Amino acid sequence: MTKSTIGLGIVSALALAAPASAQDYSGVTVEILTRPGPVIAQRLVERGEEFTAMTGAEIRVNEVPFAELFQKILTDWATGTNSIDVGVFASGWATELVDAGLVEPLDGYIANDDKIDIDDIAPYFREYNQKIGGETYLITVDGDFQMLYYRRDILDEMGLEPPRTWDEYMTVAGAMHGKDLNGDGEADFGSCIFKKRNAQSYFAMGSIAAGFVQTKGTGEGIFFHNDTMKPKVDNEAWQEAFRVYKATGEFGPPDELNHDIGDTRGLVQSGRCGLAIDWGDIGPLSIDPSGAAIKDKMGAVIMPGSPMALNVDTGKLEQCNATLCPHAIDGINYAPFAAFGGWAGAINKNSDAEVKQAAYDFLSYVNQAAQSNVDVTIGWTGYNPYRNSQLENTENWIKAGFSPEFAENYLGAIKDSLNHPNMASDLKIPGAQQYTGVVLDRELARFLAGEITAEQATKNIEEAWEEITEDFGRESQMTIYNLSLGITN
Amino acid sequence: MRPGTPRAAPSIGARERLSDWIDRHSAQVFIWPAVIMILVFSIFPLVASLIMAMSRIRFRGGTYKVRFVWFQNFEKQLFGSEQFHFLGTFNGLGLLGWAIGLAVTLLIAWLAIRYLRGRVTAVGLVGRLFTWGLSLGLGWLFAATLFSGHPFGTLGTTLFYVFVGCGLQFVIGLALAFLCSLPIRGRTFFRVVFFIPLMITPIGVGYAFRMMADTTKGPFSPVWQWAGLGDFAWAADAWAARFFIVIGDSWQWIPFIFVVMLAALESVPRDYVEAAQVDGATSWEIFKDITWPQVLPVAATVLLIRVIEAFKIVDLPNIMTAGGPGIATESMTLHALFAWRSLDLGQSAAVAYLLLFVTVVTCVSFFNLVVLRRVRA
Repeated sequence: MTKSTIGLGIVSALALAAPASAQDYSGVTVEILTRPGPVIAQRLVERGEEFTAMTGAEIRVNEVPFAELFQKILTDWATGTNSIDVGVFASGWATELVDAGLVEPLDGYIANDDKIDIDDIAPYFREYNQKIGGETYLITVDGDFQMLYYRRDILDEMGLEPPRTWDEYMTVAGAMHGKDLNGDGEADFGSCIFKKRNAQSYFAMGSIAAGFVQTKGTGEGIFFHNDTMKPKVDNEAWQEAFRVYKATGEFGPPDELNHDIGDTRGLVQSGRCGLAIDWGDIGPLSIDPSGAAIKDKMGAVIMPGSPMALNVDTGKLEQCNATLCPHAIDGINYAPFAAFGGWAGAINKNSDAEVKQAAYDFLSYVNQAAQSNVDVTIGWTGYNPYRNSQLENTENWIKAGFSPEFAENYLGAIKDSLNHPNMASDLKIPGAQQYTGVVLDRELARFLAGEITAEQATKNIEEAWEEITEDFGRESQMTIYNLSLGITN
Repeated sequence: MRPGTPRAAPSIGARERLSDWIDRHSAQVFIWPAVIMILVFSIFPLVASLIMAMSRIRFRGGTYKVRFVWFQNFEKQLFGSEQFHFLGTFNGLGLLGWAIGLAVTLLIAWLAIRYLRGRVTAVGLVGRLFTWGLSLGLGWLFAATLFSGHPFGTLGTTLFYVFVGCGLQFVIGLALAFLCSLPIRGRTFFRVVFFIPLMITPIGVGYAFRMMADTTKGPFSPVWQWAGLGDFAWAADAWAARFFIVIGDSWQWIPFIFVVMLAALESVPRDYVEAAQVDGATSWEIFKDITWPQVLPVAATVLLIRVIEAFKIVDLPNIMTAGGPGIATESMTLHALFAWRSLDLGQSAAVAYLLLFVTVVTCVSFFNLVVLRRVRA
């Protein structure tokens, strides 16, 4: 996208857009805390300047390292410090904050907001991401799914199809590995999947595991048994997913164990990866000047599935059939994983009433189609599509620099994931960070480093998760887990 | 009182006594406020963190809930589900493990018998019991993990950073200081150059070393490729990653040893050295018999300070590897930080207390059994 196009987009957005209420917020300051920019934070800063020009409210965007973001918000709000009015973080983290009574419910604000066009937000984000226990607590600014990206030009040249299963993934990655994919004379990599500890590896793990574990629809979940809250991890499905994840490293960069999402994206943008797993960012990043090596060369599809799936009664992997995998297509069980769920804004319940209203109006302003439909087409914002108008209309994407073919392909992959009846939800219960960000992440890292086997890893996870569940209270955890999957009694 | 009776004598005596009392106690009067301040600001956090180490803390709306669990957090680290993380994975002892474990046991038993046959004091015995206990525990820990082919935990990794890192830094720092104390050309330039790394923030050092070591897209990637190391991933190998962190840490801390030891070496009286030279002593003999004894107290002190600091290493493993691969490069401080980040404050405090125990016992033992003994000798 050229600077003039971005500028035009911003100017036209300013002309069309307006805050939720036309109040004068002069003298009101809204303190926002989120991850360091430019991703996520920088666009909030820019939209904040526009909002200030329109309403007089000062929008201050504060940044802390991603790993400390949740802890900062929780301690600030729980201890009554209340120096933060809005947290912009992973939607899944909100459950713990809501459970502690720290987040402002937003249904009342939305009812009085005629600009947000809430029905335009895709059902998954509107009903699962923004709501907890049936009530809205979050405003989405980014929609997250992981997808499989492939080098369309290379696959076409080699006469290969995008992989549908993990076996096919290995075959395709193996075929491309060691070839020069970007014309610089150096051997490149068949597969790029981030594997660094304390980063994002456990999200990729969830994406791989989901197709092996969940077969009965979104309400089944991939982490726990719905009726007992016992972990659903120490089984052949998760163990196979662990092995698949490790095996992809054979076709990856040598130091992939130390690569986080930023490292992987750098390699993808420089044209060094045949296949890659990522959120929606690769699409807009491929039209960014830094992605010149892959412009109009990428394709995207739903995450690979598995012809074998978990029998929850036996803990064994079995061949898919109509009973075991009712949503399978051509015998392959797909379960696209809503990893992370997307960035969303939550308002501190204990902020002043005027600040809360200004905070809501700002989040609504960022979320409104006039702004977000432009923002999601810009790679560096980190914002991925979450509105129907963003997914159904390719015009904005083509304007941004997508070719019509890639725009269709990219949005098609997102819609295939988003509308899938077996879409897998990320963990949204109190302690979610401990379950996945600490325990799953650590055991995964030990397995990848060769310290333990897949069987030991899943056993350790199950034991540690049981401890966390007992600590938080099994009954309340089970209730919240089921609610997060849309299960109500 | 009758007229003419001298009155001054008793009052002068009282003033003198007061003056004497002030003279005798003024040092304490001046020092006590500082002592009280230090106690308040060190005892309070110690007590507060001890309470945290024995609790489970959960943040709720507007407050937090504390559940007292006594020693459960410590038990979890030492015997429970976190044992592999803190101590290591115990899957039986190998032959080498048995040999090392028994050798350590015999050595400590011999030291104990030797001590008990000599002059025994209550304080000395208690201190040695801690030292022997910790040494025995660590000996069997490494016997059951490292020497039996099983991974050790954050305690072992921290000790690796401390002993290997500090040893390396001391030897190189001392050697550089010795060279710069000699009348060689450009030594002033070398002194400035060697001192620079100490000024850089450890986070900067971490990022710089991570970038330099990136074989795929780092600035030295062509060099790695040219050297045939393009496929070598230091971060994917436990020992390579640990050594790389030690190299980064050493790059930063060698200057500290260098500066202090250079000052010590330059303070050795020249006439001693010149007298030895006149008597025909070799350079090695001069260093061993004159220079080294003179700088020994400074060397022991600088090493002690460096060891205390090294026990707290956190920036480099956090930046360079995030504790990976697996938990191979995770230090105890990083272990505590990760627990704290996930708001498991009890576990975090428990790990911090265990670190404090190991650091205190190691450093006090080193000071009493090595430094004081050599100084007294």
